[in-house]
Amino acid sequence: MLEIKGLKVKLEDEDKQILKGLDLTVETGKVHAIMGPNGSGKSTLSYVLSGKDGYEVTDGSALLEGDDLLDMDPEERAALGLFLAFQYPVEIPGVGNMTFLRTAVNAQRKARGQEELSAGDFLKEVRAKAKDLKIDADMLKRPVNVGFSGGEKKRNEILQMAMLTPKMCILDETDSGLDVDAMKLVAEGVNALRSEGRSFLVITHYQRLLDHIKPDVVHIMADGKIVKTGGPELALEVENNGYADILAEVS
Amino acid sequence: MAIAKLKSDATEARLAGVTLPEGAAWAQAARADALTRLRAMGLPSKRDEYWKYTDPSDLTAVTAPKAALFDAQEAPLFGDTDRLEIVFVDGVFDADASDALAGEGIEIMRLSDAMAADIHWAKELYGVLETRGQTPVERPLAVLNTALATDGIVIHATGKVSKPVHISYLHADETSDAILHNLVKVDAGAEITLLETGPGAARFSSCLEVDIADTGAFHHVRTQGRDHERRTVTHCFARVGAESTFKSFTMTVNGVMTRNECVLDIIGDDAIAHVAGVCVGDGKDFHHDDTVFITHDALNGESRQVFKKVLRNGATGVFQGKILVKADAQKTDGYQISQSLLLDEDAQFLAKPELEIYADDVACSHGSTSGAIDETALFYLRSRGVPMNVARNLLTLSFMAEALDEIADPALAEELRDRLEGWLARHS
Repeated sequence: MLEIKGLKVKLEDEDKQILKGLDLTVETGKVHAIMGPNGSGKSTLSYVLSGKDGYEVTDGSALLEGDDLLDMDPEERAALGLFLAFQYPVEIPGVGNMTFLRTAVNAQRKARGQEELSAGDFLKEVRAKAKDLKIDADMLKRPVNVGFSGGEKKRNEILQMAMLTPKMCILDETDSGLDVDAMKLVAEGVNALRSEGRSFLVITHYQRLLDHIKPDVVHIMADGKIVKTGGPELALEVENNGYADILAEVS
Repeated sequence: MAIAKLKSDATEARLAGVTLPEGAAWAQAARADALTRLRAMGLPSKRDEYWKYTDPSDLTAVTAPKAALFDAQEAPLFGDTDRLEIVFVDGVFDADASDALAGEGIEIMRLSDAMAADIHWAKELYGVLETRGQTPVERPLAVLNTALATDGIVIHATGKVSKPVHISYLHADETSDAILHNLVKVDAGAEITLLETGPGAARFSSCLEVDIADTGAFHHVRTQGRDHERRTVTHCFARVGAESTFKSFTMTVNGVMTRNECVLDIIGDDAIAHVAGVCVGDGKDFHHDDTVFITHDALNGESRQVFKKVLRNGATGVFQGKILVKADAQKTDGYQISQSLLLDEDAQFLAKPELEIYADDVACSHGSTSGAIDETALFYLRSRGVPMNVARNLLTLSFMAEALDEIADPALAEELRDRLEGWLARHS
């Protein structure tokens, strides 16, 4: 599904290298987790893959089902099936959540040559999916993320994911700012979307999210590279011993 | 003090050869008085402080600069609204295109008819609020209007007016120079909605005097049409009585020159006065000026000014807004916000927000900002698959939402929002 080779990325405005030759392959239908200390480049990876400005790719490639992501605009990547759940979902005053969702869903359908969803079909679908995530009608009516609690914002991200049905989902510290109940709710939303044709890349600091979203593979990232790859037990090792031991071991 | 010779010469040049319209004795007196006042103050020039950001020369020139006609190729605004329709073509009332001047809760007639009558309530209003509005700042173009206006509509709302009055100002001649004056008198407990649309003329001056009795309500939604080369100056003078409501919203699209002055006098306790607007302009020859002066002279008054300007390719937006709270106007709640969205580096926004407060128990706030599209929000939308131009337009519309929310009727707000969306789609 996602194949990253030798990816090197620096900040556009500064001479600062962040990703230093990152290799990562996420197979179709699998859930991969990336863990790593602060400043290892995890969020940068998610932004570079989704096409945020401000980064310069100096080497390497990133392919989504064989298509080169790095040359595309963010909206093209999204239409191809890439989705990033933001660590800090953006508030957009003046744009209704419903309008936003429908515009996004129909823009992607249009880009893929599909017919736009009718207002009725869209409404039916969004209501059903919102209900599963305990998102009420009021939250759908309000401007995007404005006045939402931390938990509501993250649930809103998962609702977008559910509506857009991407192939490759990147979750950037989706557990940050969530209490235990909210994390469970979000994890359930993610688990409901797990399927043979859909892959996940779950970026997190902590093992606890991975108790709820069970990964197939766990990677440890440090200083702009993947330094160790293993099964779910690797996450437990981090939880018990911290990153220091692993980093000492690989250096 | 005598005015400078240059100013005096320019004023006399403008007035050379004009004859005052005919009418009853009181009407002639009002016009003659305006002419005297105008000669004393002189027409504005760009050296005047109040015209620092807007050059009035096109508005004061002896003849109207030519303005090409613009065929918008779209359905007229408010076409689906049940309304009393009044049409002016280049500033002249078109009886054939207009509905009969009658309606429930309303007395309505042509200005020239009212001013020909020896006894008419218009006498108490014509030029009266305009004259009050000349201090502390002179507004000579309004005085010129009072002196020379030949046509217009006078409306007396005696009850809840069942449907809005819509005045459509059509532009048919490339050199037309129209001066219109409208009066609205709202009785106690009466309520009326006035809609105005269209470019009006190559050069269009309109003056609206609104007198709202205690517990009356006046709603005003206006659009200034799409002709690129038109010049427009408007004045609205309102006297707002106790527990009454004044709400005015203006949407401006295109136009070489637009100066909208709104002068509100809150004279009764517990009154509400809101004035708001959006404008969208593309290109160096777009200049749009909102000049507002709100005086609180009563207890517990609420006023709001909400202006949003979207500017690109060298377009210029101006805002001069003032809240004056007199010593006895305790518990005043005044709010003023003026914001521009500059879609590129050539566009400019010039703002002069002012507060002058003599009462000691008031809440007044004002803010003014200039900014670009929020890049973080733009990326968020694009990451969800929304194409760049659609995302930009969505954010631009959201920028204008606070002003559009000032329109009481959601259907009217939605209609204007659709037009703005169309404009953005054509200009992105």
